[in-house]
Amino acid sequence: MAKVMQKTDVVIVGFGWTGAIMAKELTEAGLSVVALERGPMRDTYPDGSYPQVIDELTYSIRRKLFMDNSKETVTIRHTVNDTALPYRQLGAFLPGDGVGGAGLHWSGVHFRVDPVELRLRSHYEERYGKNFIPDGMTIQDFGVTYEELEPYFDFAEKVFGTSGQAWTVKGELVGKGKGGNPFAPDRSDHFPLPPQKNPVSAQLFQKAAWDVGYHPYDLPSANTSGPYTNPYGCQMGPCNFCGYCSGYVCYMYSKSSPNLNILPALRQEPGFELRAGAHVLKVNLTDDKKLATGVTYVDAQGNEIEQPADIVILGAFQFNNVRLMLLSGIGKPYDPKTGEGVVGKNFAYQNMATIKVYFDKNQHFTNPFIGAGGNGVAVDDFNADNFDHGPHGFVGGSPFWVNQAGTRPIAGVSNPSGTPNWGSQWKAAAADYYNHQLSMDSHGAHQSYRGNYLDLDPTYKDAYGMPLLRMTFDWQENDFKMTHFMVGKMKKIAEAMNPKAINVQVKSPGTHFNTVSYQTTHLNGGAIMGTDPKTSAVNRYLQSWDVHNVFVPGASAFPQGLGYNPTGLVAALTYWSARAIREQYLKNPGPLVQA
Amino acid sequence: MSADDTLNARRDFLRKSLTLIPVVTLATTGGAGLALAEPERQHSDNKPGESPAADAYQPTFFTPEEWAFLQAAVARLIPADDRGPGALEAGVSEYIDRQMNTPYAQGANWYMQGPFQPDAPSEMGYQLRLNPQQVYRLGIKAADDWSRQQYGKTFAELDAETQDTTLKQFEAGKADFQALPSKTFFAALLQNTKEGFFCDPIHGGNKDMIGWKLVGFPGARADFMDWVERDVSYPFPPVSIRGERA
Repeated sequence: MAKVMQKTDVVIVGFGWTGAIMAKELTEAGLSVVALERGPMRDTYPDGSYPQVIDELTYSIRRKLFMDNSKETVTIRHTVNDTALPYRQLGAFLPGDGVGGAGLHWSGVHFRVDPVELRLRSHYEERYGKNFIPDGMTIQDFGVTYEELEPYFDFAEKVFGTSGQAWTVKGELVGKGKGGNPFAPDRSDHFPLPPQKNPVSAQLFQKAAWDVGYHPYDLPSANTSGPYTNPYGCQMGPCNFCGYCSGYVCYMYSKSSPNLNILPALRQEPGFELRAGAHVLKVNLTDDKKLATGVTYVDAQGNEIEQPADIVILGAFQFNNVRLMLLSGIGKPYDPKTGEGVVGKNFAYQNMATIKVYFDKNQHFTNPFIGAGGNGVAVDDFNADNFDHGPHGFVGGSPFWVNQAGTRPIAGVSNPSGTPNWGSQWKAAAADYYNHQLSMDSHGAHQSYRGNYLDLDPTYKDAYGMPLLRMTFDWQENDFKMTHFMVGKMKKIAEAMNPKAINVQVKSPGTHFNTVSYQTTHLNGGAIMGTDPKTSAVNRYLQSWDVHNVFVPGASAFPQGLGYNPTGLVAALTYWSARAIREQYLKNPGPLVQA
Repeated sequence: MSADDTLNARRDFLRKSLTLIPVVTLATTGGAGLALAEPERQHSDNKPGESPAADAYQPTFFTPEEWAFLQAAVARLIPADDRGPGALEAGVSEYIDRQMNTPYAQGANWYMQGPFQPDAPSEMGYQLRLNPQQVYRLGIKAADDWSRQQYGKTFAELDAETQDTTLKQFEAGKADFQALPSKTFFAALLQNTKEGFFCDPIHGGNKDMIGWKLVGFPGARADFMDWVERDVSYPFPPVSIRGERA
């Protein structure tokens, strides 16, 4: 018999960015909020203390801050005809665990969104015709526009303390020749901080990109270019490019995180309580499944506990939000055979390619141990729909960049192709090239398809006896076409650097999704937002169409994957949703959009 | 290089380390003495602040036979050569032994529930039921059995060239091990060897920051504000978490 806790106004599942933003917004509205985080308490002290945190083995290699697969993981298969197998060890993606979630170990690349990507299907149909979108590609519009979200992008940047250069502010050109992005949409204000310094690798990329006729700009980075205090009174120190960023807790208080930028303010709120080590099993519903009554979780000692609440926020990682909906019976599960149902639909990812560039040891010192997770130089000439897709026959775009986040030698020694993996030749190449190389990415958008989806696995269970989530996912023809086009365009930048060697890493057509090699942790969809309950799981305010007091913020709401990193849009959508709860839902609890 | 040359080189190495550790006896250094088991040695005989020589370490997980394999294998994966000391000198075998006593070696963070499909394609990731301790225990035995079958000697007794040929067979998965794919064993060994060569010395490897000095990695300095934009060689030597300076 589960112990029943005192009722709270709001219970939040997961304390990463979305959980922290919702907790702050809803306590400001005077509500009592309990946040439940499955992993341990984490903070700058002690988890990010110098020098203990400067430890590649413990953090990057043994994966200290990431999901504990022994407790909960996913299974993966390429098609409905395969038997899914467990993701036993972390590889392709690295969800977080503990207070801060992936927001504690992320890099800090902090974009908005290209406005076209919010209405992707409509845009492609208008510009290229309906037949341009291939059969089986299930891309949709988000149901919200850039103009509607702009104030929330702006506020999120101020909370995060983001460094960057605007192109236009309220229509006025301010960023030309200063590192602004000519393809960026208009903004209501400047970034809170100017761009970070550019390491040698980014300078080389910038020059080479200009030389081949592209338009390089400084990456917007949630690593501080100077000291900063955010609207919540949380203080940040200047980033010193320590090189231990992605995968680490920032010891300099420079990389924004829920722990650093929101939690100190929440601690002042008497109506807020954070419980770590609280693993939520399901959302409890009334018998007619129209209303949530709270959640049931298991605490660190294994006790089953019920937390009643009037509003439930699913703020877990993308696929855990989807899993909780399926385990709880919220929304109709998606069926790839009929295309009906919505929960699990439009699971999408990222379509990456990488080019490594090696210089002679007297040519350049790129010193890759210097790094900050969000800094660098990018081009958007081939992102979104910034070029004519007509002749090329694929959907989607990709920014290219050098983003020198810090490369340490266990994982980061990389030699020109053809070098053996061990022995004296490997050793000599490691010594000759470690400090004379750079890496550039094509961080491609990834589209959604009828056959890529999420459901519950029939065989494998988690440590609590509940079914694991099953991913059915593989690369499609459009993905190969796009990434090969992008690599061709990006290679020009690499060649313009006159390097000694170039190593192109791109998926060969027909290769299957590889669960082992890291790509990104940018997983999307499965509980997508939209304007029609037949084709989306949540409405434009991230409210469940079926259970109106359940809200589901996160990249689970993206109908397809973006060219940019998702966190900026995740944060803006969460503020947008929180505002709708505060200003509309609390006054009149019920569906915010009539189906 | 003949097997005898290898033995002489090892004896030479051992002899040099005697100057640091006077209590070590050579009583056990017949062929199997390569295991370098020195039960009576007292760590307290090291001078303060001086790290013990790489093979002064007493393994706690590996048996003498396994230890002999490990020392010989890491010495080929990252050899001592004209670019400087290698994995053996960096204490990589000590590092791997110490790792065997961490939760990692028991697969603590891996999903280890069945059913298992060990023959799954490689893109599906690790699908064996073995944890790292078992991979080493079964893998070293299989490697030595295979070596005996092919050459009539254990791996550690082979000359360096034959050791390299043998490792390449393992790497390519061409050696047929009963207990697990030789490729899987080799991949774990190579990964852990590189970890031990480049990790912070607090983990028992990278002694004297040998690995970091080789590639020019500054270790725990972690403050480069003044060096971000400069296309020059970073001038300062590495430091470790404990504050050692190379």
